Amino acid sequence: MEVPILKQGEVLIATFQAALSDADLEHLRRGLVQQVVKFRSRAVIVDVTAMDVMDSFASRTLREIAHMIRLRGAETVIVGIQPEVAFAMVQLGLTLEGVATALDLEEGLAYLTEKFKNAD
Amino acid sequence: MRAGEIRVAINSDQDIVTARQKGRALAMEAGFSTGDATLIATAISELARNIVSYARKGEITLKIVSASVRQGILIVASDNGPGIPDIRQAMRDGFSTSGSLGLGLPGVRRLMDEFEITSQPGKGTMVAVKKWKL
Repeated sequence: MEVPILKQGEVLIATFQAALSDADLEHLRRGLVQQVVKFRSRAVIVDVTAMDVMDSFASRTLREIAHMIRLRGAETVIVGIQPEVAFAMVQLGLTLEGVATALDLEEGLAYLTEKFKNAD
Repeated sequence: MRAGEIRVAINSDQDIVTARQKGRALAMEAGFSTGDATLIATAISELARNIVSYARKGEITLKIVSASVRQGILIVASDNGPGIPDIRQAMRDGFSTSGSLGLGLPGVRRLMDEFEITSQPGKGTMVAVKKWKL
């Protein structure tokens, strides 16, 4: 299953589907990093609203995506972690330390707009 | 196949997704809340991933069980892989031999109500977990 990556100005938006396999997540990681380079994007929003489960592999992949993109000088925001998914992550002992998160896509975009304004 | 038992063969990362989806569907059918169904699906995902990472292939079985007035879900993950030489070590947070996260087993124990593991080096591993409906 391909994850669609949408380009909106300086921001790339990747929207996760419910049933992503490990291979899909790895594919997305490669795709996102390549596109950040190609479009000289300043930020990436990963929308996980539809994700039913965030297990150890998915969390690790998200952290890796954020760290790789930071090395490119861009920012990553994870948006839309559902309350029950957040609860399961905490029970499992998973964290997204060092990665920005926001309630939803709208909040994520607002956070980046503010950030860009301060940087320019 | 016994009545009411769902078996999912685990051979690849795609099967991890299948197993957790079937587990969630069964949990919802049995009347678990969405929150509990998410905990159950997450536990299944971790158990199935352990099979793929350490044993390459195995099986997950899902079943609704009852004890007196309580109803719950039983998940059994079994494989004929290399087994775990030191279960106590494997149950400690942060322990991993496959370069993954090492949160698997202790994390799964926290997600579920009952946890049982048996493993024989060279023969395989079986993890049985239960979650009771509130």
